[in-house]
Amino acid sequence: MSARDDILRDVRQALAGVSPAVDVPPAPRAPDRGGLVALFLERVEDYRAVVTRCAADEVEQVVRHVLGPARAVVPPALGLDLPGAIVDDGFTATELDAYDAVVTRAAVGIAETGTVVLDHRPDQGRRAITLVPDLHVCVVDAGQVVADVPDAIALLDPARPLTWISGPSATSDIELDRVEGVHGPRTLHVVLVG
Amino acid sequence: MTGTFVGMPAFPTAARQALGDTQLRRNLAHATHVIRDKRAKVVAEVEDWEELRLAGAGVKEAALRDLATHLETLEASLVRAGATVHWARDAEEACAIVAEVTKAHGVDEVVKVKSMATAEIGLNEALEAEGIAAWETDLAELIVQLGDDLPSHILVPAIHRNRAEIREIFLRRMGDVGRPAPADLTDEPAVLAAAARAHLREKFLRARVAVSGANFAVADTGTLVVVESEGNGRMCLTLPEVLISVVGIEKVVATWADLDPLLRLLPRSSTGERMNPYTSTWSGVTPGDGPQEVHVVLLDNGRTRALADDVGRQALRCIRCSACLNVCPVYERVGGHAYGSVYPGPIGAILNPLLHGVSDEQTASLPYASSLCGACFEVCPVRIDIPSVLVDQRAAVVDYHRADRVPKAEAVAMKAASWAFSDSRRLRTAERASGLAGRVLGRFSRTTLPGGRAAAGRLPGPAAGWTGARDLPAPPEESFRDWWDRTDGGRDGGAR
Ligand code: SF4
Repeated sequence: MSARDDILRDVRQALAGVSPAVDVPPAPRAPDRGGLVALFLERVEDYRAVVTRCAADEVEQVVRHVLGPARAVVPPALGLDLPGAIVDDGFTATELDAYDAVVTRAAVGIAETGTVVLDHRPDQGRRAITLVPDLHVCVVDAGQVVADVPDAIALLDPARPLTWISGPSATSDIELDRVEGVHGPRTLHVVLVG
Repeated sequence: MTGTFVGMPAFPTAARQALGDTQLRRNLAHATHVIRDKRAKVVAEVEDWEELRLAGAGVKEAALRDLATHLETLEASLVRAGATVHWARDAEEACAIVAEVTKAHGVDEVVKVKSMATAEIGLNEALEAEGIAAWETDLAELIVQLGDDLPSHILVPAIHRNRAEIREIFLRRMGDVGRPAPADLTDEPAVLAAAARAHLREKFLRARVAVSGANFAVADTGTLVVVESEGNGRMCLTLPEVLISVVGIEKVVATWADLDPLLRLLPRSSTGERMNPYTSTWSGVTPGDGPQEVHVVLLDNGRTRALADDVGRQALRCIRCSACLNVCPVYERVGGHAYGSVYPGPIGAILNPLLHGVSDEQTASLPYASSLCGACFEVCPVRIDIPSVLVDQRAAVVDYHRADRVPKAEAVAMKAASWAFSDSRRLRTAERASGLAGRVLGRFSRTTLPGGRAAAGRLPGPAAGWTGARDLPAPPEESFRDWWDRTDGGRDGGAR
């Protein structure tokens, strides 16, 4: 018998006579706190990420300012005019390592937890580009902010790869002292539009 | 400490050793209290925490109760999404699959995301035997691996090491296996983390094969989920060409929506954060993004054994948050090594015997490694009733070893007690003797219990096993019966 058949047989035997019916109570929702965007900004900042809020026509200027002289890579459909930024062309990890920064959009922002979620469509790019450079500038639309985790799950497509980001990379492995940026970007800058 | 749990002494021996290590106790007490307080704070933020726990427990329990169906669905969705699915009955089979896939790509090294399942099956050692180097990339796991040490906590495996020790390990060992630590390395956590970053980045950038576990596996979409903080997980899951994920069959949930309570419960229970810095999800292969060859190894290794246990089955709901470790008074004092397994603490004390049975002395000692205070159940996000399972497993240990052991002092004493209790004259004689013992012990006792009662320290002979870990109160000098006779049940007014 194959391992597959053995394991499935053992599972069935282990559960013989056990009713599969389980009463699964629905997960409760966080109470409506109102002021979603304000909560989102507060919670993102709580993670030691940098936050800037601006109007739609100011985005390019803000992002350029945040980048400064940093060499930036951008996804193919970012839709921002950033002189000097290089569009990702399927760079290898080593090639990406030569960039200081990356600018992307996001799919969803979660207020309750201060999280941005990328679903890696063309305005966010491949997973690798937001991982290797040390500064991640993430442009989030106010309209993309939802209240809590279940709202995000309902909106997101599991067939796509997803990256949930809450603050910069961090570790507390050495005497529980929090250190930012072990492997992922050391700085996360969220630009909230609107 | 050497880098394997095999042949570890039973819990009482290992615990006694650990208790003598004051540095370890101080590090552990500090760590568990810090994490415990952080957890309490963010849990208190959630108004309906109890309902959320019920939902989380329900989702996992439902998946377990119909596991065969969900596993078949998972396999089909994974294959549809372009992944290759393997099944492994035990550790040996799982390790062989990983080694085979790695070798097929002609490489002699893999990068690894921290994963309990791969630690459980001893993957690193198995790969090493095949000439494949497995690099741990989680900072704590790196510290443990370079120190030729063992993890002592599920979440923060190097919690028993302080910064000076870590600096020393990095300086001594990093150069042997890759980029050396800078010579001017200090023991600042940020400096140590930077050294790990530089050391590991070299490995990430060249790695062609990565190995991970998964926190959850969604049956209907074929999605795997990895929850982490450092970004080393993202590195492994994204940069190499080939990804092999070893997933315990109990990690399955039925639907994408089922992730909701779990992704809210896990970070708050685990690191005491509202959300962990990074969560990655992927369903098979995404053309042009990430690994283009994806393997999933579905692992049994004792899980079907645990599944068959009506009381113990609930242990398979565990989402490895480690909250139960941080509140356990026993764990806090002895640390993770004493449990002799990659699963320490309260969950380890039930999971190990459930997965492996209790024939082995070391595993059989684990259900006793608890004060049954119940704190672990209180914090468990998926409501595993650990104390009940502990008691049930104690019964299993007793049943299993009924025939194969010389009667223990305890059993002899119990037999004697039942002989004495069955006859009132005998009982009276015994009590008189004990009153005498009380006067003697009271006089020679070395300890005073709270409330001023005298207690004996360590007794010699067969009783040493009992008094080695607790104080024995000296028996009262007069028995209740004698007091009743003398005072007519107190009506004579007579205190003595
Ligand atoms: S048993 Fe519960 S508290 Fe302990 S690690 Fe598992 S999920 Fe967390």
